[in-house]
Amino acid sequence: MALFEAHQLHLRFGDRVVLEDVSLAFEAGRLSGIMGPNGAGKTTCFNVLTGRYRPDRGRVMFDGADITGRSPQAIARLGIARSFQLMNLFDEFTVFENVAIALPQTRRRGADPIGQAYGDATVVEEAHELLDTVGLGARADHIAKALPYGERRALEIAVALASRPKLLFLDEPTAGLGSDGRARLAELVRRLKGQVTLVVIEHDMEFLFSLADTISVIHWGQVIARGSPDELRTNPWVKNSNLGKLA
Amino acid sequence: MRTGRTVPTLTPAMIAIWLAFATVPLWIEKVGLYQYLGVEILIFATYALAYNLVLGHSGLPSFGHGAFFGLGAYGFGLAQLNLVPDLWFCLAAAVVVASVGGALVAAFISHRRGIYYSLLTIAFGQVFWFIAIKSHAITGGEDGLLKIARLPARFGVATFDLTHNISLFYFVLAIFVVVSLLLWRLVHSPFGRILKAIKQNETRARFVGYDVWRFKAAVLVLSAGLSGLAGGLFAMAQSSAFPDVMSLHYSGYIVMMTLVGGGLVTFWGPVLGAIVFLLARDVIGAVTTGWMLWFGLLFVALVIHKPEGLGGMFIRPARPAPADAKK
Repeated sequence: MALFEAHQLHLRFGDRVVLEDVSLAFEAGRLSGIMGPNGAGKTTCFNVLTGRYRPDRGRVMFDGADITGRSPQAIARLGIARSFQLMNLFDEFTVFENVAIALPQTRRRGADPIGQAYGDATVVEEAHELLDTVGLGARADHIAKALPYGERRALEIAVALASRPKLLFLDEPTAGLGSDGRARLAELVRRLKGQVTLVVIEHDMEFLFSLADTISVIHWGQVIARGSPDELRTNPWVKNSNLGKLA
Repeated sequence: MRTGRTVPTLTPAMIAIWLAFATVPLWIEKVGLYQYLGVEILIFATYALAYNLVLGHSGLPSFGHGAFFGLGAYGFGLAQLNLVPDLWFCLAAAVVVASVGGALVAAFISHRRGIYYSLLTIAFGQVFWFIAIKSHAITGGEDGLLKIARLPARFGVATFDLTHNISLFYFVLAIFVVVSLLLWRLVHSPFGRILKAIKQNETRARFVGYDVWRFKAAVLVLSAGLSGLAGGLFAMAQSSAFPDVMSLHYSGYIVMMTLVGGGLVTFWGPVLGAIVFLLARDVIGAVTTGWMLWFGLLFVALVIHKPEGLGGMFIRPARPAPADAKK
């Protein structure tokens, strides 16, 4: 059984159907890709899977439990983290604090109104480990909003990793990055693969096809194809679309 | 906050501020002012610190906080006149009544943010103000609740008379010290940093697992309770409680104090704002009855040229990270 499954999700905004009978399954320890043209419904799908939107119909299962309609914080606590297409950081915090605030130890002490915020030695240690993992160890004391764009992307991944997720959703992690930034991010994602189950929405086909174990193609709010990168390269629909040319 | 840095409970600035306040009764009359002004400044400084917990530290724009200050004032007065005329009991009543009011409001507005949060706080503030005016049998209506005594402070074997402004000043200073110390610890605690995180990015906070609603509700209740404590002290200081402290324009005063002082960027900004506001009221007010016009102009000038407030003059802005640092 897959770690995460979505069964026949359906969502409409007003009279516009944005997801129609979308079913997805993500195997533990693998990197699953989601691709599709702009406006296909990929990010909306992520938003349903991570609790931001409640589907009109369908079920979302994680680790054998039905999590349909649960709040984002409840889903996060179960071990699902995500990054965002548009940068979503604590901009006024330092790089260190962005990660430290997301650690489960800090969350558990959330009701403490007088203790030291990061007095727990494991918080400092783990935050630095995570920052080293994403290549931001030297930036720990910089204010997040002052970081260059590529490093902010890496920090977003570190914040998502801080909650020690079993499953990490990355929404267009290479968006806005130059070739160097993409290469660094690909390297980071390659290192994460195997440590955590990854689901990546991506427009950069080279990036996705080189890393993903399986890919689902979403268009008009439906899953129109799925398979390994090699299978998708020969898929008639993908071959005839712009996506196929890029792949 | 820098990597793993612990924040000291007592800081030189904190001690300097407390000591500076402690000298006020020694010189305030020599500079042409009066002892009661010192009491008022301390009460409003306490109120502003409590208010800033919501506005500055949590980013929740409450514009109806006068309701909690007023609830505290009435709570203190009604407890004294109808229940037990004991200072500690009455102050506790002020805190409890304001906290209950805060909890009631929080239950309805904690899922909102920004302009919708503001509008709801104004609406609730007006509701409390209206109830205070119309409940003549309980609150005295527009005539207010009169004959509230300055009760003595009993500490077991010793009892301190607070009927004189100087003794009341030192009593209020002691409360200010305790409240400012607690709030200082709170804003640097896990709870306080999570509030700061929610202020910056509610969505991100939710997606790393925080129940944002609970934090927003808790901080409003806490802020309301401490505002109520200030309200109780105010009722005792002026020996009465009136509904006008719950009105929209009184709620606006605390917003102005907090913003002028720099509550958005510094912990002590609201204290500075309370001092500037009340001094302006008395000093400019001695020259012209239109003192609020001049203070309003100062407020406009600050918002345009120094939106962080007076406290912002002591804060350095963040700089971009150097490009040659480790990637």
